[in-house]
Amino acid sequence: MDNFTVGVVVFPGSNCDRDVSWALEGCLDIRTKYLWHESSDLSDLDAIVLPGGFSYGDYLRCGAIARFSPLINALDDFVKSGRRVLGICNGFQILTESGFLPGALTANKNLNFICDDVELDIVSSKGGWFNDGGEKQTIKLPIAHGEGRYHCDSDTLKKLVDNELIALRYKNNPNGSSFDIAGITNEKGNVLGLMPHPERACDETIGGTDGLFTLKSLILK
Amino acid sequence: MDQFAVKVFVRLRPSVLDPAGEATKSASIKLGAKGIKSLRVGKMIEVKIEGNGENEVREKIDLLCDRLFANTVIEDYEYSLEKL
Repeated sequence: MDNFTVGVVVFPGSNCDRDVSWALEGCLDIRTKYLWHESSDLSDLDAIVLPGGFSYGDYLRCGAIARFSPLINALDDFVKSGRRVLGICNGFQILTESGFLPGALTANKNLNFICDDVELDIVSSKGGWFNDGGEKQTIKLPIAHGEGRYHCDSDTLKKLVDNELIALRYKNNPNGSSFDIAGITNEKGNVLGLMPHPERACDETIGGTDGLFTLKSLILK
Repeated sequence: MDQFAVKVFVRLRPSVLDPAGEATKSASIKLGAKGIKSLRVGKMIEVKIEGNGENEVREKIDLLCDRLFANTVIEDYEYSLEKL
């Protein structure tokens, strides 16, 4: 545990990398290491966070260019090894663009950039990202995105539901996401993508601590 | 080597909501345009590319469209090709 290190990926245009590092180091005493997107050696890392922001200026589509970085190429083996990957906001967009998670994130229904706190229902405990063993089935986390409307075809949605891959659903769908989806996992449960920002909810003085559990669960095996 | 000018059109699939198209439609109606039944916004990408004949160039463009220019989960693409 002492040497457990979380890699926080930095793309050109990432802007939540320091927030993630602050939350992990400062609030949870988990060691972090910034990873430039051109790194491909992930051998000394135990988990990886793809933070929010606007990688490559969101050119073409959010996450579309990041998919071709050396780091994302190396991520396949990392995921297959069972280690954990958390994609937040733009990180979620990158995970769908690169095929680690199904579906796509598209422009919000009302075209607004939404910056707000939202209530979320914990739907699945797959991967243990939200399951605190307590009674809290609803959490509140901040969102900040213009392109967070989750979209998938009906076959994919059925697969998500049947396999309990939907992690979080919005209580009051703010962006038009299919089935109110705010976060999903892969089948193994070691990859989570979500639009809300857990790293911005790790201290009571800035609005809540509902994000702590998700970040802390990066250390789960 | 032949050189080709390629125009790739990327559009949201018909089943995918297009908020930008809806907003543009609404503005078009406010401008006074009558009779607009639907309006959807897409992208056009222009590429100049070399290759040994049209078939080879088509293979290259297909790969680019499938893997980069379009996200086929939500978008369709088509392209036109002109030998220069």
